[in-house]
Order: sequence, then structure tokens, then C-alpha cells
Amino acid sequence: MDVLSLSRLQFAVTAAFHFIFVPLTLGLSILVAFMETRYLRTNDPMYLKMAKFWGKLFLINFILGVVTGITMEFQFGMNWAEYSRYVGDIFGVPLAIEATAAFFLESTFIGLWVFGWNRVSKKVHVLAIWLVALATNLSALWILLANGWMQRPVGYVLRNGRAEMTDFGSLFTNRFGWVTFAHTVLSGYVLAAFFVMGVSAYHLLRKNEVRLFRSSFRTAAAFGLVSSVLVAASGDLSAVQVAKFQPAKLAAMESFWETRPGAPFTLFLWPDSANERNAFELLPIPKALSVMAFHRGDAEVKGLTAFPGDERPPVLPVFLSFRLMVGLGLLLILLAFIGWIKGVRGKLEGSPRYLKIMLYSIPLSYIAVQVGWLVTEIGRQPWIVYGLMKTSAGVSPSLLPAQVVASLIGFTIVYGLLAVVDIYLLIKYSKKGPDDDLSGILKSVPAKEA
Amino acid sequence: MAFQVLWFILWGLLWAVYFMLDGFDLGAGMLHRFLGRNEAEKSAIRRAIGPVWDGNEVWLLTAGGATFAAFPSAYASLFSSLYSALLIILFALIIRGVALEFRAKAPSAAWGRSWDIALFLGSLLPALLFGVAFGNIFRGLPLDSQGYHGTLLGLLNPYGLWTGVFFVLLFLVHGALWLALKTAGDLGERALRFARTGWYFLLAAAVIFLVWTVPATRLEENYLRHPYWLLVPLLAVAFLLLVRIWAVQRKTGAAFFASCATIVLVTFTGIIGLYPNLIPSRLDPGSSLTAFNASSSPYTLRIMTIVALLFVPVVIGYQVWVYRVFRHKIGVEESPGAGAVQY
Repeated sequence: MDVLSLSRLQFAVTAAFHFIFVPLTLGLSILVAFMETRYLRTNDPMYLKMAKFWGKLFLINFILGVVTGITMEFQFGMNWAEYSRYVGDIFGVPLAIEATAAFFLESTFIGLWVFGWNRVSKKVHVLAIWLVALATNLSALWILLANGWMQRPVGYVLRNGRAEMTDFGSLFTNRFGWVTFAHTVLSGYVLAAFFVMGVSAYHLLRKNEVRLFRSSFRTAAAFGLVSSVLVAASGDLSAVQVAKFQPAKLAAMESFWETRPGAPFTLFLWPDSANERNAFELLPIPKALSVMAFHRGDAEVKGLTAFPGDERPPVLPVFLSFRLMVGLGLLLILLAFIGWIKGVRGKLEGSPRYLKIMLYSIPLSYIAVQVGWLVTEIGRQPWIVYGLMKTSAGVSPSLLPAQVVASLIGFTIVYGLLAVVDIYLLIKYSKKGPDDDLSGILKSVPAKEA
Repeated sequence: MAFQVLWFILWGLLWAVYFMLDGFDLGAGMLHRFLGRNEAEKSAIRRAIGPVWDGNEVWLLTAGGATFAAFPSAYASLFSSLYSALLIILFALIIRGVALEFRAKAPSAAWGRSWDIALFLGSLLPALLFGVAFGNIFRGLPLDSQGYHGTLLGLLNPYGLWTGVFFVLLFLVHGALWLALKTAGDLGERALRFARTGWYFLLAAAVIFLVWTVPATRLEENYLRHPYWLLVPLLAVAFLLLVRIWAVQRKTGAAFFASCATIVLVTFTGIIGLYPNLIPSRLDPGSSLTAFNASSSPYTLRIMTIVALLFVPVVIGYQVWVYRVFRHKIGVEESPGAGAVQY
């Protein structure tokens, strides 16, 4: 393989790995903050126990998100030097803002939260975890505004042999970025909700700390239900943006070949890229694709054949990822809805089969967010900046294939080990359940010594 | 023009602050398994940096992000040229962070021993390689109009390696002083003794580094042109001497402060010598990347300046506050489980 393919593979692997941890951080920070707030309000030690139990799982996950994030910032310069040079005037700005405005906040206050139980007042301690939650979400905003610019470049001019920013306001208000942001963080909330419901289900099945886990489950079910519905809604907004600015991606998502008005949405099909058609199509819903993309039944939808062969994304992976994402998304809404109903009716412990399903559904939400990113990123190909710069033009010219092979092997080993340790610790601490020893905290008056 | 100069200074400042802050984390991480004689002492060392190391590391990401936003061509050249070295730093920082967080999460001795080694290497390698990287930047990289012509082994030239050794010793003494400041009892005593003895090695390394810099680099040209800038390296030497004087007088806080000042001044000794180069070329001065030919547009630099003015004071404010919250000394026997997540 050449430097380009190797670098793409490496970026895909490291981004996907980073994105295993980020969604849980996004959602679980909010849930833990909510639990600790309830402790502050009610003074019921159960909520403290709860916040600490989920907080411990949060931290195991959080650190991996932090360390794998460094890779992402370094990699633009390491493997994508031409890209960095060409668009750094614009793209570097949201990244730098992310570090100063969000990442500092997150990293500083997580330290205060972990070590500050007896050092600051209860209120300040709760504030610390809310600031962490805010900061992780802000962090996602700036990263997705940067990504949004790659998806739909705005506010720039080509000058001095590169793209230069002319309007920071339009980068900041780029609708594409905001819609992707909403869709992404909400899917992180769904994932965190399913994580909490799944682990709670494990303990409820064993009648372990029933009050605590019933409460955790109900909180997560409500959070997950609302978020999963909003994920679908933001997905709809996202589709409109894609249809408007990335018609080739939309066509690949649906494996839609011939441009026509009143385009149908076909429930079952299989792409045949070699012959620029579908091998079979079953159950078309008339005009549904036009409605989905443009909210108008008679709107014209561009087919893949409207684009030159070298400006089309690979159809099969985009198509399959999109289908899988939508299918899983709908399934997750259903499961969260059932959980919410059962929780409200007090029937959780009496539903062992449902609880078992929820335990094994944890991976589904992870798969859903991963394939969602595959749609976004593979669907953007062959562009690194949509319509402006091809991915092949962005790679570092000074790299040798052997260097990238070596780094790819390095990442595989290091990340493989991290994955093993992470899964081991998450399972260990999930199974162990909450700690009974809260002695140090309950009498906690902030220590005032020098 | 003014913005480019401003961002050159800020670029230097971000690196200086990163070395000053994460320097003691890296130093403490290197000392962890040697100064910590048992589990309780090791835990105290980790807790001495536990609340702050992550926030300190963000200064590196900010330095990287600021290089990207303010000097995209320099960021692109530097990061792709030093690919393999940066990769090792990256892996080391990943392992360091994970070791700090996971070390206490399982009781087995093998688990502890493995993470001890991980923490040591994860702290040593960034210290060494940041030194090697900056030594090579001071020396100039083999760049011409065709691009970069170096290899990983080429970076390991004697001057680059020596700068790496110098950085390691600088951070070791810095970390030992932090531990002397933060930990009570016998551990704190040993940390202070280590800083005092280590200081002799640091002084020797610093003198050799300074003298060697004249033939190995062209940093001295700026100082010959504007001799008043020599105040910066002179102050660096003065503070380095104060580190020893205050450490002997057992003024640990003052000695740590002097060590902070030394690190910042050493960094700026290099940055002033480099100006206006971000990455000087050793092959062809015309191919050097400077604050003027590698910078972003004036508009972008203006946006970045506003961002920095808005956020950096706030960041400094809450980081200082968190340092104050954790200003107490850590007792070795103090139960780490008292409310805190295991550490």
C-alpha cells in the first residue's frame, strides 16, 4: 500500500478508536452530574453512592478519550501535512479554540472532581462535574465545527496558494457543523443511557442494590428516550444538509443511481457499483427519498451517475453503514421506550427477559455511533474538504510507506492493549457494583488546613 | 507584522509553560518507582501530581493547536518531518496518562509492576524526545525547497541527544522539588536530597549545553546582534544557582519557583536565538520557516489573538485556583480511599 492508503487507514483506525470513548464521556458526564445534583438536593446517600459508582466507570473511559485525542491533533500535521498547510489558516482555529476554551476546563475540573471530595464544598464539587460535562460538549462543538467546515467549507477565499479565512462568523454559524454536532452529542447521550441501562440491568437481574440500580435505570431510560427521539430528528436535519451540500453522499447513502424528481425510498436493495445500478430493488416507497432529502415530494434527487466516477464515494460501505445506523437507531428508540414504560410502572425487576436484552444491547449503541461516523466520513470521499481539496492531495509528501506501516503497527499494538485493559476494568468495576464505604465523604466538611 | 511577532512570542510562551508545568509531572513520573519505596509512598507520588497532570498536559495540546492555527506551514513541516519521534512521544504520553489513572485499579503485584515501568518510560521518553526535538530545531532541520531530508537516526545526533539529556535532568530536579514541596515525611526528605544531588548533574549538563550551543547552532547570532537579550540566559543561570541555594536552605517552595523560572528562561533562551525562525533550515537559510513566511493570514491571527485574550486569563485563573485547593502536603499514610476514587 502507498502512503495515502496507509495514512487513511491509520486515520480511520485512530479516529474510530477515539470515538469509542468520546460518546460515553459526552453522555455519562451529564448523568453523573445529574445524580450528584440529586444527592445535593436530597442528601440521600444512595445518590452519592450512585454518582460515585457511575463516576468510577466514567473515569476509566474518560482517560482513554483524553489520551487518544492527542493522537488526532498530532496526526493532521504528521500524515496530512499538505492538508494542514492548505487549510490550516481556517481549520487550525477551531482546534486551537477547542483546546483553550473547552479542553482546559474539562481536564482541570476533572482533577478537582476526582481529588476534591473532601477539599471543596458539596456545591463546588457538583459544579465541577457540571463544568466537565459542559466542557466535553463544548469540545465536541468545536471539533464538529472544524469537521463541518471540511464537509461544507464556508467563509474563505483562495489566496496565496491556500484557503484563507475571511469570515469567522460563517465558520461559527455553519449549519452543517451545528446539525452534525446535535446529531453526534445526542447519539452520545443515547449510548451513555444504554450503557447505564445495560449495567443496571445486570445488577437488577441479580437483585443487587435494587433501589440504586432501579433509579439509575429509570433516569437513563428517560434520558435515552428523549435523546434517541432527538437523534432521529437531528438526523432528519442532517439529511437535508447533506442533500443540499453533498448530493453525492446522499446518493451513496441510498444507492441511488439515476437523477429524477419524486425519488422513491427503496426498503430493500443491493448496490451493484460495477454496473452503476442496483442488483435488486424491493418495496419502493414513492417519493419518500425526495421528502426525506428536500421535504418536498416532487423534488429532484441527483443520482450517482450525475457525478464523474472519480467524484463518487464508495457506495457499498456508505449504503450499508447508513442502513445499519438507521435500523439500530429505531431499535434503540423502541428499547428505551419500553424501558421508560416499565420503569414508570415499576415493572423492571419483574422483566428478566427485557433486562437481559438491555444488557446485551450495550454494543448496539456503540455500533450505531461508529457506523454513523463511517457514513459521514466515507461519504465525504474522495474529498478531504468537500469540493475544494481531494483526500489524495492532502497527504504528507515527505513520508515513506515504511514509516506509516511502522506507526500503524504501533497504534494497533498500543490501542489493542488499551482496549483489553479498558474492557477488563470496565467489566470488573461494573460487576463489582457500588462501594459501601463512603465514610470519608458523608461527614465531609471541606477541609480548611493549609 | 505585529501579530506575527506576537504569535511567535506566544508560541514560545506556550511551550515554556508546558515544560514548566508538565515538566514536574514527567519528573515525578520518572522518580515514581525509585523514590517510592513502598505502595504507600508510590501512591503519595501519584497523588502529588494526580489532580493537575491532565490540565498541565493540555498546554501541550494548546501549543500544538496554536502552532497549527497561527503557523500552519510550520506545523505541517515540523510534524511530518519529525514523524517517528513525535509518534514515540505520543505513545509515551498515552501510556503515561493511562498508567497514572489505572495503576491503582487492580491489586495484583504484576499489574502494579507493569504500570510502574509504563509510567517510568511514559515520563522519560517525552522528556528526552522533547529535548531531542528542540535540540534539532535549534540546530536546524535538513529542509530545502524540495522538503525534508532527514531520518529518525539523524535526529539522534550528539547535540540533539545532549539537549535531550539536559531536559531529562531539568525535569528530574523539577519533579523532585515538586515532590519535596508536596509530600510529607521521609519521602519529601528523600525527594529534596535527590534534587540537591541531582542539581550538580543538571548544572554540568546545562553548562555543556550552553557552550555546545555556540558551535552547534546559530542561536548566538541574535545575541551578538542584540547583546541585551543575553540577560535571558544570564537570568536562567542565576535562577539555576538559586535552585541549589534555596534547596540547601530548605526553602522548598522558593527552590521550586526558581526551577520554574529556570525552565521558562531556558526555553526563551532558545526561542530568542531562533527568532524569527520557527524551524531554521540547516541546508538553505532561504528554506527556513519563519514567523513571517509560515504564518496564517492577518485576519486569522487577529481572531486567534481575541480568542487568546478572552480565554487564556480565565484558564490561568481557574488553574491557579485548583492548585490552591490542592496546596496541602500529602501524607504518605493518608488513606487514598478516604472518599477519593482509588489512586
